[in-house]
Amino acid sequence: MESVLKSSNNVGFEKSNIRLGRRQTKSKVMVGLTILSMILALTPLFSILGYVLVKGISALNFDFFTELPAPPGEVGGGMANGIVGTFILLGLASVIGIPVGLMSGIFLSEYGRNRFGKFVSFLTDIMLGVPSIVVGIVVYGLVVLMMGGFSAYAGGVALAFIMIPAVTRTTEEMLKLVPNHMREAGLALGIPQWRVIMKIILPTALRGIITGVMLAIARVAGETAPLLFTAFGNMYWNHSLNQPIASMPVLIFNYAISPYAEWQAQAWAGALTLILMVILLNVTARVITRKR
Amino acid sequence: MKRRYGDQVFKAVAYVFGCSIIAMLGIMLWEMFRGSSFAIDKYGPSFLFSKAWDPVAEEFGAWPFIYGTIVSSLLALAIATPISVGIAIFLVEIAPKWFRDVIGFLIELLAAIPSIVYGLWGIFVLSPIIREYIAPLFINTLGTFIPFFRGPSFGVGIFTAGVILAIMIIPTIASISREVLMVVPESQREAALALGATKWEMIRKAVLTYSRSGILGAMIIGLGRAIGETMSVTMVIGNRPEIPDSIFDPAYTMASVIANEFNEASSNLYLSTLIEIGFLLFAVTLLVNIFAKFLVWTTSRGVQEAK
Repeated sequence: MESVLKSSNNVGFEKSNIRLGRRQTKSKVMVGLTILSMILALTPLFSILGYVLVKGISALNFDFFTELPAPPGEVGGGMANGIVGTFILLGLASVIGIPVGLMSGIFLSEYGRNRFGKFVSFLTDIMLGVPSIVVGIVVYGLVVLMMGGFSAYAGGVALAFIMIPAVTRTTEEMLKLVPNHMREAGLALGIPQWRVIMKIILPTALRGIITGVMLAIARVAGETAPLLFTAFGNMYWNHSLNQPIASMPVLIFNYAISPYAEWQAQAWAGALTLILMVILLNVTARVITRKR
Repeated sequence: MKRRYGDQVFKAVAYVFGCSIIAMLGIMLWEMFRGSSFAIDKYGPSFLFSKAWDPVAEEFGAWPFIYGTIVSSLLALAIATPISVGIAIFLVEIAPKWFRDVIGFLIELLAAIPSIVYGLWGIFVLSPIIREYIAPLFINTLGTFIPFFRGPSFGVGIFTAGVILAIMIIPTIASISREVLMVVPESQREAALALGATKWEMIRKAVLTYSRSGILGAMIIGLGRAIGETMSVTMVIGNRPEIPDSIFDPAYTMASVIANEFNEASSNLYLSTLIEIGFLLFAVTLLVNIFAKFLVWTTSRGVQEAK
């Protein structure tokens, strides 16, 4: 009798032991799957970086940075006009986008703590998700048709449209991090509110804002779609902001879909240059915030 | 008095710039509406479901592009969601802290790579791999009983576009999911473990259930990204304005038809049609983003209340 009880108890114990073992195995498998998913996401990253590095370096040379694009099929040539063009476009976009974004951010943080401000903040978030190709069409209608042709201005406006919500958002967030007692201290000294904002609040948050601006620039640096029908592209040097202008992303696009091996190689070199620029901006931005 | 004057001016200027955000959205909506009114008047709602696309005969319909956009985006979402949630779980529940920062940075790097570079890699690296290995694998297994997986593999097509889009939206979904998982209260986990749950049971029952709607919000934001993504898709989807029979067939999306044909649009109607497609894209992404925003907003409010 005793032994029967004992053995049945043992069976029960073993059963639950097996179940526990299964549950733990399942747990280990699922944990393994999360590691696998991380590997799955990082594989394309390393593949992209690896290919861009290897294929880009082999096509990269001094001419790439100094020469104009060569005609299809001819060896040599570079993307000098595209590199300069990208910087001109980024400059134009920054000149328009940074002040507007900064002031909207100041509005949201300092005057927008009410229903209207919340609404604007909400719209800013929504604008961040607008596809860039839509911005291209809008600027085509607004600037290209009005000014009678593709131009660097149009490209700059298109990129600014994409930059503004991003700069607004980070400025707002950074300013809101500034503790309220700093505002109160300034006001208590009898300094007018606008000077408190410009002289005390803004400098305090400056580091974060610069980070945000750099990330916004990095984001638009690689934008291609809105440039296709605003800045359009140009195989030569640009002599006026009123004419079509070359940019690295558009050149990479045109080269990549061309059937010429030389151009495809140059597309890789362009991608390497672009990626280095973007990563440099990203890393610098990170370093700036980390020093805090 | 003079000081007050400065304050008022500054406040007014700030308000003007604040309103500029509203103005921008208004201008965009108005400009898209104005540009597409010709096509809207001409075709009406039937435009949405017409399969015709013949620029020479001036017959236009948006269905092939809408279809391509829906299928490629949903495919991207289906691939990206489990991977992203897996990454988020790994980062929040499993990885040691130093490792977390490194991986977090790498995932962010994935988001920083320009779309055009994804496209370049897609054409020359991913598309041959899919043509030679992945597509035949699906065609020879699933294709034997599901027609949607049959047919030849070109390398470029809806499947390749879906994979590229998935890679591109993984950082978005992963980082939002990660934030959502991080706000799950520690007591929730402790309670599950105290009841004898294994690590996975704790994650599934205590963490994932708790953050369900936040993850849904992350998915929808990712979906919005995928719908509007242009260059990488344009470079790998094959650009054929037809309803594809198979997932490996070339297709077209709303964004890529605009990128490819906008500069070639020779007639007013053609141009207006493309703008209408852009308008649709715009409207859809606005709605998707508003919905996602509300979802994330109600979640975070719910979390605050729960605290």
